[in-house]
Amino acid sequence: MTEAAPTIPRLLRRNAAAMAQRPALREKDLGIWQTYTWRRYWEETRDFALGLAAAGFGRGDKLSVIGENRPRLYFAQLAAQCLGGIAVPTYQDAIANELVYVLNHAETSVVVAENQEQVDKILSLKAQLPNLKLLVYDDPRGLRRYEFPFLKPFEAVQAAGREFGANHPNYVEGIVEAADPDDLALFSYTSGTTSRPKGTMLSHANLLAAAQGLAEAEDIRRDDEYLAYLPMAWIGNSLLAMASHVYVGFTCAFPEKPETVQRDLRELGPTVALAPPRFWENSLTGIMVRASDASPLKRKSFEAFRRLAERAEARRSLGQKLPIPTRLALKLGDFLVYAPIRDQLGLTRARWVYTGGAPLGADTFRFFRGIGVNLKQVYGATELAGLCSVQPDDEADPDTVGRLIAGSEVRIAEDGEVLVRSKAVFKGYYKQPEATQEAVTADGWLRTGDAGFLDRRGHLVIIDRAKDVGKLDDGSSFAPQYLENKLKFSPYIGEAVVFGADRPFIAAIVAIDPTTVGKWAERRNLAYTSFQDLCARTDVHNLIGDEIAKCNEVLPPETRIRRFVVLNKEFDADDDEITRTRKIRRRFVADKYAAVIDALYRGDREVEVVAAITYEDGRKAELRSVLAVCDVADVAAPAKAEAAAWARPPVPADAD
Amino acid sequence: MAVDVAVYSAMPARDDVQLAVTGVSKRFGGVRAVEDITLSVGRGTITSIIGPNGAGKTSLLNMISGFYKPDTGSITLDGADITRARPSDVAGLGVARTFQNIALFSGMTVLDNIMLGRHVRMKAGVLSSIVYWGLAQREEVAHRARVEELIDFLDLQDLRKQPTSGLAYGLRKRVELARALALDPKILLLDEPMGGMNQEEKEDMARFILDVNEQWGTTIILIEHDMAVVMDISDRVAVLDRGRKIAEGSPAEVQRNPDVIRAYLGGGHDLREAAQ
Repeated sequence: MTEAAPTIPRLLRRNAAAMAQRPALREKDLGIWQTYTWRRYWEETRDFALGLAAAGFGRGDKLSVIGENRPRLYFAQLAAQCLGGIAVPTYQDAIANELVYVLNHAETSVVVAENQEQVDKILSLKAQLPNLKLLVYDDPRGLRRYEFPFLKPFEAVQAAGREFGANHPNYVEGIVEAADPDDLALFSYTSGTTSRPKGTMLSHANLLAAAQGLAEAEDIRRDDEYLAYLPMAWIGNSLLAMASHVYVGFTCAFPEKPETVQRDLRELGPTVALAPPRFWENSLTGIMVRASDASPLKRKSFEAFRRLAERAEARRSLGQKLPIPTRLALKLGDFLVYAPIRDQLGLTRARWVYTGGAPLGADTFRFFRGIGVNLKQVYGATELAGLCSVQPDDEADPDTVGRLIAGSEVRIAEDGEVLVRSKAVFKGYYKQPEATQEAVTADGWLRTGDAGFLDRRGHLVIIDRAKDVGKLDDGSSFAPQYLENKLKFSPYIGEAVVFGADRPFIAAIVAIDPTTVGKWAERRNLAYTSFQDLCARTDVHNLIGDEIAKCNEVLPPETRIRRFVVLNKEFDADDDEITRTRKIRRRFVADKYAAVIDALYRGDREVEVVAAITYEDGRKAELRSVLAVCDVADVAAPAKAEAAAWARPPVPADAD
Repeated sequence: MAVDVAVYSAMPARDDVQLAVTGVSKRFGGVRAVEDITLSVGRGTITSIIGPNGAGKTSLLNMISGFYKPDTGSITLDGADITRARPSDVAGLGVARTFQNIALFSGMTVLDNIMLGRHVRMKAGVLSSIVYWGLAQREEVAHRARVEELIDFLDLQDLRKQPTSGLAYGLRKRVELARALALDPKILLLDEPMGGMNQEEKEDMARFILDVNEQWGTTIILIEHDMAVVMDISDRVAVLDRGRKIAEGSPAEVQRNPDVIRAYLGGGHDLREAAQ
């Protein structure tokens, strides 16, 4: 880095000059991977920036993008930054009132939408968006007859830009070169685990500090390749696909559509991948399901080599040397089992693979490392531009989140909260100075809100959200997330929430995984009509009870889960129960299912729940049903309840 | 983005008749399936044919596409008489159709099914196709490019390599539409494109039909039972009852027509209610 203090657009220009013909972006279009070079990236961005300038967009103005990862949505974000503006990516599946809140809070004046679906969404909200002046779309399909003065195709804005550029030579270049690295570059709206989303203001310097720290910790090079398929609004995505991308100059690819990610991963074989724990858990569940459907020989060899890999990995993480026979067996396993699995997952070329955003179950973690995937935990926060610690290759272990990246320091507060200080610490929450003051100490330490400690090696260990670490009424403390992750490793449990603060024991609300439990029911010839019906089956309750009992075996007696309810729906972001990044909104769930929690602690055998359901179009309905409340001790021990009575069917819903 | 902008033609004038059906009748033994129907379809319009079961809708469509030969009357396409033309010739002239009961090759992939729709447009012979060199190869690439556009257009990217037998009903209907579109049709005949679909699939299909019409100016004739959809997307509606056309007009006119209300709903009802 020769420039003293770069900005994201300055780095884009540098790349366009220094490696004009190297691939910057790849997108699968018409079934073929299309490449955009760095020069093209800059030219497209510059033309769009000129178009924005012609429309009056300038310093401090905000531009939002909405849609899946598409090259033009990146051109648009960087174009806004070129003019001293701020990019505000939004979640593509956000429902109307979330979107209105974010766009109005950020005072977005330009929205760039991926396609007709997103344009329709914005148009339906137009009356509520006083700041919106220009709506630009990428894919014109179905939009040809839309006639609104503020609605324009992407090409039209660029064409207007070229015209404007002809009269204002070097307009964009001038602004880019004069820009201050401390200018704001991005508003990242937190997924709002607890409340309304907050607009985290990040400067170019913040984002690039995190990008630099990551690049130095991991030796990421420009011939690396990354597949960006996570929501554009997630900070981890902006860090890798925007900041690190221009900082390092590697190639960033976008999948054809969300449903094809698995195949696109396989075709591309990216060298760097980042995915939330849920992705890994789902992948593992998928592998397990397929293995259980395979022929006996395949199934048995998979099982044997899986156990071998996990044992070997456990020893390796303790720093022990593996005996030669084990190593030979691993080689054979690699040939027969591990390499084919890596290939199926598209991780054959992967040099580093990260999981972050939430803790990952130790068993899932060991499985992937065992089969030769360099999976590592990273830790970060939106307020730190995404990332502040990563595990070195030879020190990966499921309990820590690794070492702090260069340029950042960590301190544990007296109450156990993790504090971090670095150049990546954000500029504050937009229009919320009080919240900012709460989040950052006077001397610049960010309160992460997570409880943790540093282990002997100097690795950071995160236990849970600081405010979630609970105490039972006898004073013994427990970490809910830790228990939930234990539960979620069961292939049959999709999501779980545990409770116990100021209560005599720990209880759980469980949402089953429909795929695996469905398969399990099929194998035992258990007929069921619907997901709700399946959830109400005593057999399924016994199954879940068994799974919980297995988790309990490794837990200290006082933090064992004693009672549980199997919910008759999945936790859904549209119902506000989990965030769009799939984190449980604990408090919300506690309020919503207060009746269930009461029943769990009162010792009732069943409880009626009234669930408000939000349909995809925003309509609401109520679903009444009766759930069985189970004791782990009752259902787990005699799992022979084969001839179980038909569970009570849910009361018919009044939903249409 | 990926669609061919150049083929799009502007909204046509209403009186530009593309397909004219004049005094067409068809009997099967003693059954008068279609009796003396006259219908003219304007270029670039969406025309719906509605009517109770057995009204002769599908028979009419079959005569337009050449599967049945009318006993009397004539059918012209762009002024050329196609009354006696064979189905393959009619297809060659740019008339594509989908079927009431899905007619896909179930063992073949989505991609291959759609590629088949290009068959009419392929020129390479058997031998050169086996050798796969020269024209055959160039042709295959060009046709594949067009098919990819359709896959993109109909949002089928994730299903390219899947056999159609495993697909959900609504998706198979969409693949069938893609195959019909692969013909680059001037006129698209859709026989109950939304039959058996749920609400979401119907909305998607209605959207696709409108998009096809808008994107390529394709004239669309559809048979459909869902009144809400028919009234929503059609420019013209023709109502058949027991083989005869009893009304034709804009959706609003047809909804008001007392004959239609009587024939369609047995009187005492209002078609506008059915359309809600």
